[in-house]
Amino acid sequence: MSQIIDRRLNGKNKSAVNRQKFIRRYKKHLKKAVEDAVAERSITDIERGESVNIPARDIAEPTFGIGQGGVRDTIFPGNKEFVSGDQLERPQGGAGGSGKGEASDSGEGEDDFSFTLSREEFMDLFFEDLELPNLIKTQLAMEAKFKKIRAGYTSNGSPSNISVIRSMRGAMARRIALASPHKRKLRELEHQLELMLLNTSEDAPAVITLRQDIEELKARIKRVPYIDTFDLRYNNHIDQPVPTTQAVMFCLMDVSGSMGEFEKEVAKRFFIMLHLFLTRAYEHIDVVFIRHHTAAKEVDEQEFFYSRETGGTVVSSALKLLRDIIQERYPTNEWNIYAAQASDGDNWTDDSPLCKRLLTESILPQLQHYAYIEIGEGTPIGNMWSQYEMVASQCSNFAMQKIMNTAEIYPVFRKLFEKQSS
Amino acid sequence: MSKAFISENSEWTFDLLQKYDEEISRIATNFGLTTYPNQIEVISAEQMMDAYSTVGMPVGYHHWSFGKQFLGVEQKYKRGHMGLAYEIVINSNPCIAYLMEENSMTMQALVIAHASYGHNSFFKNNYLFQTWTNADSIIDYLLFAKQYIMKCEQRHGEAEVEQLLDACHALMNYGVDRYKRPTRDTLFNEEQHQKEREEYLQSQVNDLWRTLPQDPEAKSATQEPVWPPEPQENILYFLEKNAPLLQTWQREIIRIVRKIAQYFYPQRQTQVMNEGWATFWHYTLINQLYDEGLVTDGFMMEFLQSHTGVIYQPAFNHPFYSGINPYTLGFTMFQDIRRICENPTDEDREWFPDLAGSDWLTSLDFAMRNFKDESFIAQYLSPKVMRDMKLFGILDDDQKEKYEVSAIHDDRGYKHIRHTLAEQYNLGSREPNIQVYKVDRRGDRALTLRYEQHNRRSLNTDANEVLKHLQYLWGFDVKIETVGDNGDTEITHDPNKKED
Repeated sequence: MSQIIDRRLNGKNKSAVNRQKFIRRYKKHLKKAVEDAVAERSITDIERGESVNIPARDIAEPTFGIGQGGVRDTIFPGNKEFVSGDQLERPQGGAGGSGKGEASDSGEGEDDFSFTLSREEFMDLFFEDLELPNLIKTQLAMEAKFKKIRAGYTSNGSPSNISVIRSMRGAMARRIALASPHKRKLRELEHQLELMLLNTSEDAPAVITLRQDIEELKARIKRVPYIDTFDLRYNNHIDQPVPTTQAVMFCLMDVSGSMGEFEKEVAKRFFIMLHLFLTRAYEHIDVVFIRHHTAAKEVDEQEFFYSRETGGTVVSSALKLLRDIIQERYPTNEWNIYAAQASDGDNWTDDSPLCKRLLTESILPQLQHYAYIEIGEGTPIGNMWSQYEMVASQCSNFAMQKIMNTAEIYPVFRKLFEKQSS
Repeated sequence: MSKAFISENSEWTFDLLQKYDEEISRIATNFGLTTYPNQIEVISAEQMMDAYSTVGMPVGYHHWSFGKQFLGVEQKYKRGHMGLAYEIVINSNPCIAYLMEENSMTMQALVIAHASYGHNSFFKNNYLFQTWTNADSIIDYLLFAKQYIMKCEQRHGEAEVEQLLDACHALMNYGVDRYKRPTRDTLFNEEQHQKEREEYLQSQVNDLWRTLPQDPEAKSATQEPVWPPEPQENILYFLEKNAPLLQTWQREIIRIVRKIAQYFYPQRQTQVMNEGWATFWHYTLINQLYDEGLVTDGFMMEFLQSHTGVIYQPAFNHPFYSGINPYTLGFTMFQDIRRICENPTDEDREWFPDLAGSDWLTSLDFAMRNFKDESFIAQYLSPKVMRDMKLFGILDDDQKEKYEVSAIHDDRGYKHIRHTLAEQYNLGSREPNIQVYKVDRRGDRALTLRYEQHNRRSLNTDANEVLKHLQYLWGFDVKIETVGDNGDTEITHDPNKKED
């Protein structure tokens, strides 16, 4: 008789191990694919899976087989007009012996092997061995998040938390403990009474006293309370702090006339990556966008990236605003603060030393990390660069890079946040 | 109509599965099909993909190549490039068949007929399967293999095990005994033997041997005889027993891969027959259900649509063409055998004097039991099938400028086509004939394989890669010498020789 079994409830991820093995083995290829994908994707959809192609020859499993050439006679179905002895042209360009049964088997191998990396796998590869510096200094802050966990029993608490079983068990133990000496005595007296009644009459004084004692003992036993406040036990729950970490990320960008579409595009990507990375490191992230030309302004994301401005450049205006916002809204004991600045390197000459002072004195001490990227193809390095280099030499949480084109973002990003060997 | 329909809509339930199975089983028994007991498992699409990627092994050891397969299948399925197969069936006792939950009642019935009665009876009765596979213990063995390999990964590192498995997989097709019959083993014995083999090898380690005085005469002994004394076709077996540097666990893993290769060996040789047989029976059984009035017209329409899809054969110049569809060829041939038995023509009487007019059930049963693809086609491919499928042969000689049509489906061509098609399914000519030829035991221990060339067909470009795997297993140099059609031998593949 046939057995019909419902296996749908069994795990479906039998291949998960094999999949992981495969991904580990071809990590090099996959990372390349991820890098390419990041260079091409637009802001809004960084966090999704990616279809990946690996050249089939790289993952082929070789076996002995018969190669091309030689003589072969092959049978095909669906003859239409051929007669024995017909001579046919060889198909052009087709590898010799194409159309042969076996050729189609191996013909599959011509294509790339393609499959989809899941979002998690994609992001893991993207962030591999990246870590923001000074992560240790994370604060347990945020709207005090606690998790209730069980913690045994207590002898006081609210009635709704009474543990009935524990309380009753205690009560029973207490009753036994308190009543048993009396009960033992009671049994003895009753035995005595029985013996006495064998040879004395009912109203002999000894009998009467004995009876009185017995009554008294019974009353005593009865007085042991069935349940006492002393017996009550309450389920105990304590609040365990859940470590939550929060960070704020400041995006600073120069939107003056000298910043072209291209520079903005590059800057945008850089910010995306920083934001994505923070998303993984922290549970809660605030993002503050500050744009500036001669004056700085806090704006929303849309305006930050897409509105156009013209004018000169005074970087210190943005830094001042940054400092003020930190003081106002983001106390350093509660927030991990990151800032990233993108610029084309232009600044009003007299302003750069001021920027340096602002950074070293009032901003950097409060920050986890400050990243500065200068974007531009072959633009001469502005005066800001030299001032910032001095900052970099003084402060370990300051990093700076020059980016020439879009493709360089990812490596630069990695370089900025490469795992610090602690 | 005496009986009511078993079901009238396309939703399946476990009760209905049971009922269909009972009816199909009854009809199958009436037709004289004998099978292993059936175990029908309902699974989801994801589980089906899992099953796919472990080449249908219900319990598979872990290896990246299965992951690759899984990803490939998943990708194609998600993009709608392919539907999942209706069924996977495992040659075990009881015979396990998977049904996909997404399928309609009709499809489930089709799969039950196809897998649980068609394939199952083939597994049980075909001589190759009877000789080479052991349905009773395969699941146990796979379990043993999985656990053993996992243990090895823990003990010797995943990378090490992976490299070994890669090497073994490259040679999997050469891990098969083609002529010797393997002994049967249970899981318990298997573990026992594995221990014994290990202990035996340990016991052979004796430091005293080293101290034996060497006979100076022996060294100058003349020409060392060629060793191994006879060429070895089972390369993995040869390595397992003779590779000088392998450790015991490595030999055991080679053995596992070899055993699994051996288990699948009959399936590779009976593709046309196996699928043809199963298709023939689902067609016959379901039609019988219909004739008995157990299924509705709608059921039958859906069934016929799937059935026609299964046996669709695109012509050679069709964009979808990818070789001869084994389902079509097998199904057509079995149908044709029945036709020859029941309504023979004069042509059939001339070509199949014994078959024409005989009892079709007996003749079909005989054909199923005693052949493999190659001999089945050589024996039973009739002119009518060749005409129906419009088979023709193309001769491709790389020394000639043009292809030549060697034969078509006419009187002059039948025999040629039949012979050539049979040859096309002969594993012996589909795979290059490579054997272990000699080992330079006194010299650098290099291993020489011999490739017997046929029709000037050379080895594919993978050969050097495979040789690298082989060198890893053997531990010393490995090369291939090719014996040409004219008997000349020359060393054609030597990964250690620098290309000029």
